[in-house]
Amino acid sequence: MINAVGRLIPDAIKGIAPVRPYAGPFAAVPAGRTAGPKLRANNPGSDKLMKSIDQAIEAAGLRDGMTISFHHHFRNGDFVLNQVVEAIARRKITGLTLAPSSLNDINDAILPHIEAGVITAIETSGARGKLGKLLTSGKLAKPAVIRSHGGRARAIEAGELKIDVAFIGAPCCDHYGNINGIEGRSACGSMGYAMVDAAFADKVVAITDNLVPYPATPISIPQTQVDFVVILDSIGDPAGIASGALRISRNPRELLIAEYAAGIIEHSGYFRNGYSLQLGSGGASLAAARFIKEKMLARGITGSFGLGGITAPMVEMLEQGLFQTVFDVQDFDVSSIQSLKNNPRHVEVSASYYANPHNGGPAVNNLDVVILSATEVDVDFNVNVITDSNGVIMGASGGHSDTAAGARLAIVVAPLLRGRLPMVIDRVHTIVTPGETVDVVVTERGLAVNPRRTDLIGNLKGSGLPVMSIEELRQIAYDLAGRPAEIRVSDEVVAVVEYRDGTIIDVVRKPL
Amino acid sequence: MQQERLRRAMMFMPGNNPAMLQNAGIYGADTVIFDLEDAVAISEKDAARHLVASAIRRLKYPCEVAVRINHIQTPYGLEDLKAVLPAQPDLIRLPKAENARDIRDVDEIIAAAEKAHGFAPGSIKMMAAIETAKGLLQAYDIATASPRMVALAIGGEDFVADLKTTRSKEGTELFAARSHLLLAARAAGINAIDTVFSNVNDEETFIAETKLIKQMGFDGKSVINPRQVRLVQEIFTPTEKEIRQAERIIAAYKDALEHNSGVIALDGKMIDTPIVIRAERVLAYAAAVRR
Repeated sequence: MINAVGRLIPDAIKGIAPVRPYAGPFAAVPAGRTAGPKLRANNPGSDKLMKSIDQAIEAAGLRDGMTISFHHHFRNGDFVLNQVVEAIARRKITGLTLAPSSLNDINDAILPHIEAGVITAIETSGARGKLGKLLTSGKLAKPAVIRSHGGRARAIEAGELKIDVAFIGAPCCDHYGNINGIEGRSACGSMGYAMVDAAFADKVVAITDNLVPYPATPISIPQTQVDFVVILDSIGDPAGIASGALRISRNPRELLIAEYAAGIIEHSGYFRNGYSLQLGSGGASLAAARFIKEKMLARGITGSFGLGGITAPMVEMLEQGLFQTVFDVQDFDVSSIQSLKNNPRHVEVSASYYANPHNGGPAVNNLDVVILSATEVDVDFNVNVITDSNGVIMGASGGHSDTAAGARLAIVVAPLLRGRLPMVIDRVHTIVTPGETVDVVVTERGLAVNPRRTDLIGNLKGSGLPVMSIEELRQIAYDLAGRPAEIRVSDEVVAVVEYRDGTIIDVVRKPL
Repeated sequence: MQQERLRRAMMFMPGNNPAMLQNAGIYGADTVIFDLEDAVAISEKDAARHLVASAIRRLKYPCEVAVRINHIQTPYGLEDLKAVLPAQPDLIRLPKAENARDIRDVDEIIAAAEKAHGFAPGSIKMMAAIETAKGLLQAYDIATASPRMVALAIGGEDFVADLKTTRSKEGTELFAARSHLLLAARAAGINAIDTVFSNVNDEETFIAETKLIKQMGFDGKSVINPRQVRLVQEIFTPTEKEIRQAERIIAAYKDALEHNSGVIALDGKMIDTPIVIRAERVLAYAAAVRR
């Protein structure tokens, strides 16, 4: 069947049932009730402390074919996922579904256990490097499921992603399982992604290298959701968890794109007191913060809230009073972690609060402006952030489609060319975010407004910004670098890309 | 009038870097100068001149396109011209100019190329960089050696070495040279362009220097990084107040012309020709900024 963004989705996909085609950003209407963990009891005098991961695995009752989850707040400094999978492999458990909120290069270490059948299915936000290649190889028992951060929270709450055991890296934890992410050598800040896992998994194992006297406060994940606590020497590498002082790009091309993005915001009609903003973590998106800050100061504008993965530029704006509140689902650097710890206006939120489309209303719904990166964009404004120029998975869905759908102004920034490859093209290889939810595409050679947004086109007239049609942008790229050949693929579906509402917006087919 | 073209920021780009050549036009520089001289190693000279010629032919630049050739007395200068002139750059920049003969030599080669390729005579302009004391003393002759000449520039690093001193933040050592070059350029009726400032991370000194040369009367500055383009242009951008005043002067002047009034006055001050010319200049800068 052909879905609403024109992609051919097979009627039947192995291991995926039912196959629901994407029908539009807000077409799916949820039914039924929120899922939940099994009831359990811990009587007075019970001890949650386990001697080892092995003992916790046994106590949690992990068996062949179950689903295990992890959070990716430790990013490339994560020691938890690899150690747990090692322990599971030692116990000869096989056929597991691995469902982390995302995967990082450091997790390449589990590849042998995937080859050996310990893990046979993966549901996550994305993967890079060797894991990305593996997901694209078709070696798993069923296609990988790619979900956005909001979509994952929705799938968990809807019972579509049923987590048997959640293993939660806990930077600060007491013996009864109260957790926060702001203390300890492995501090990662917000525990936003792990909160959903903790609330909905049947069994929850906290893994910490920083056991503190009871009670650990503040409490991000409460003891009521945690079954076992394991103490390790080290759960992460601080250098990989959070970057230190963030360097704002000096790349003139990124700065130019950033300046255009800030100019769009200024003239969009949304730049007024009380507006809200999310910055991506890419170079141009972060660099835009500087220009946005200048414009806010110059025009005396203050915003209501900043959202997202939080980085130092957003923290600076919070501290300068340019934003009243920051909603934080994830932290990227040390100053963001410090701010969450010390600033009461910096508020930790769960992935569901952040972006789940099927709850009482996530934060993205109140977002005015988001700046997002892209791997490639097409003339219908569809965005690919997941597959590379060879059709191989090398990125993550993240909050891309969630924020684009929620925000009143979704700005996508990308260089027009990367090396010899045009990034504005006829048809993206994989759609992660539908063009209907993308408002402006910004490159170093000009910007294009989605023709649906006649209001925005009007507002940007006279702004001095180099506005052109998306076809003109594509043509500039093609004139410079030629029209890229389509990636040849087989019929084999190796991954499905779920839209945030659980429908299938695209599939990744195995490249030939 | 050709010489009224704005040359606030003339940005150097190494001629042997394809990615930089491809993106040279996107930063809003008034002129991009593709460098075949100091930025290009001897082993790269041949590749660079062909790459630059090809870029000028195939890419659309939204600004003036200049090529800095090697000095015409070196083994490379003539080859540079042979390679790039058929691509019809807007401007040839000659380094280390010391006498009018160098200018006339290049002029003749350009004239021959224009004829051979059917370009309009005089369509390819020239500018020269003064980088020695000897050159500075010939500055007016150099500026007037060819009708193609549109600008004199000062090459500060070489010049300061020739003076046997070093560059300071205040630029004391360049004061005489800048003043002399400016006088020569103004006497010849062409642009005066200041030297590059090579520490791209020292924005503070760069801004101070740019403000200084603007006040001295320079038309623009050579820059080596896209980030410097915006800084120069901001400094050369007239304020709202200056623009409004210029508009009033021009309006008063036009009004006077229409009514054949002998003496023009605005706010009790006499408006004479230099004031009108200055007002026109302010408005030209303002218009360039709006573009």
